[in-house]
Amino acid sequence: MTFELSDRVQTVPPSGIRRFFEIAEERDDVISLGVGEPDFATPWAARDAAITSLEQGKTSYTANRGKRALREAIADYVADRFDLGYGADEEIIVTAGASEAVDLAFRAFVDPGDTVAIAQPAYISYEPGVIFAGGDVLPVPTKEEDEFRLTAEALEAAGAADADVLVLCYPNNPTGAIMPAEDLEPVAAFAREHDLTVLSDEIYAELTYDGEHTSIATLPGMRERTIVFNGFSKAHAMTGLRLGYALGPADAIGAMNKIHQYTMLSAPTTAQHAALEALDSCDDDVREMVAQYDRRRQFVLSRFREIGMDVFEAKGAFYCFPEVPEGFTAEEFAEAVLREQGVAVVPGDVFGEGGAGHLRISYATGLEDLRRALDRIEAFVEEHT
Amino acid sequence: MSEREVLELLRENARYSTADIARMTDLEEREVEATIEELEAADVVRGYQAVVDWDKLEDERVRAEVELNVTLDRETSYDDIAERLARFPEVKALRLISGDYDFDMEVEGDSIREVSQFISEKVAPVPEITQTVTHYVMASYKENGIELGDGEGDDRLSFSP
Repeated sequence: MTFELSDRVQTVPPSGIRRFFEIAEERDDVISLGVGEPDFATPWAARDAAITSLEQGKTSYTANRGKRALREAIADYVADRFDLGYGADEEIIVTAGASEAVDLAFRAFVDPGDTVAIAQPAYISYEPGVIFAGGDVLPVPTKEEDEFRLTAEALEAAGAADADVLVLCYPNNPTGAIMPAEDLEPVAAFAREHDLTVLSDEIYAELTYDGEHTSIATLPGMRERTIVFNGFSKAHAMTGLRLGYALGPADAIGAMNKIHQYTMLSAPTTAQHAALEALDSCDDDVREMVAQYDRRRQFVLSRFREIGMDVFEAKGAFYCFPEVPEGFTAEEFAEAVLREQGVAVVPGDVFGEGGAGHLRISYATGLEDLRRALDRIEAFVEEHT
Repeated sequence: MSEREVLELLRENARYSTADIARMTDLEEREVEATIEELEAADVVRGYQAVVDWDKLEDERVRAEVELNVTLDRETSYDDIAERLARFPEVKALRLISGDYDFDMEVEGDSIREVSQFISEKVAPVPEITQTVTHYVMASYKENGIELGDGEGDDRLSFSP
């Protein structure tokens, strides 16, 4: 027999980067700029805390919402770093990666037929997440001329006034765009005017290289309609430990916790011990990693300009988003540069509307490899243009 | 400020080209060159050396950490003794430290015999030196901030979202 797959699963197309894996397999000298996770290992103090917790046999479930001490540490951290005030008891939930938190939110706030507006280009999981929850996706393209920031005009033009939920991710994967406070304000006004629930994925908040990150939830009238997502994967280099969290009003977090308690029970316990230590003692590690990313960012932007590829000044996350030279689609360029030069990059189309004609370049890679990869891209561009 | 940034990068990897340092710091290449020249001229940057894992080479390299105790008198200061010791090429590092002994001295040679001879013939006879305790290095795990193990490798997937 064959399984009868649900319509929801069948609606979601297979991942756009799958075939690139196969091409990459054919060469053994591939340098990858296609990676969406830090090249640093988790700070040693956090790993050491995880090991110690295992030695002490701390391997049972925790409270559904996460260890209380961790929630308190998160409350202090987000208050201190981002001016976000959330109570450890009812307004914070610890999840298996920020990804789980985003999924919980879709399932908690989206009914079949609801419209979820997504500012794009964006992380690839939002759209399938909405579909799995039974909602309809409304892409809201952002533009390079706006530095890939979301504008009220773009929301209006896309018809987001009739949407129920708005998803934002700044600092942005894949563009590296940030949203300073003055750009967030018109978006917040739009959300208030049209009564939108805002899901703000701020997983890259620490990786902001120009000024300080502002959360949309700190703007007037926004806390009551916003869920903020963050976690330990990016700033604390803990991707494989799978630990994130969501912040929001008590009733909203309570609804997400209802799903979480029946599906996940609690986020990985070992990872919670690591995370607590990460918040306790790893500020310097984070600062050092951010300083490294910033140097690489400037290096990569400089090299693309030298090569003659247009690239806007990305100021967040660990991505930049150059335009492919004329005569190529992003997909053609990505495939050819992988086959001919062994450099892996991700075509921007994968990330939705507004991504066409661009490449996502991850600089979460050591400087030596970045240098070699950009030399190869330079050789490729010289040969083909 | 640029001085600090350039210095930090040189300490990370002294072989970064001035062009790469310029790209990473948003400075002009000639500003980077000038900054490095100034740092060198002011004796802030005293030299550039490779960090070597001797275990990976055939040649033996013997290193010792030597504790030195000294007595001072009106005519002889710590600096006088230090200057005298520091001139020996066998001495790779020499620091005045707090605690149970006075100087911490790193000595390098081709054999235990050579290092021992150096201590007994050149260091111990110095009149102000009252005691030497020599510790031979048996294994090194980290030098100049660089771990000498096999590293943790990069097992990330070549593509991830």
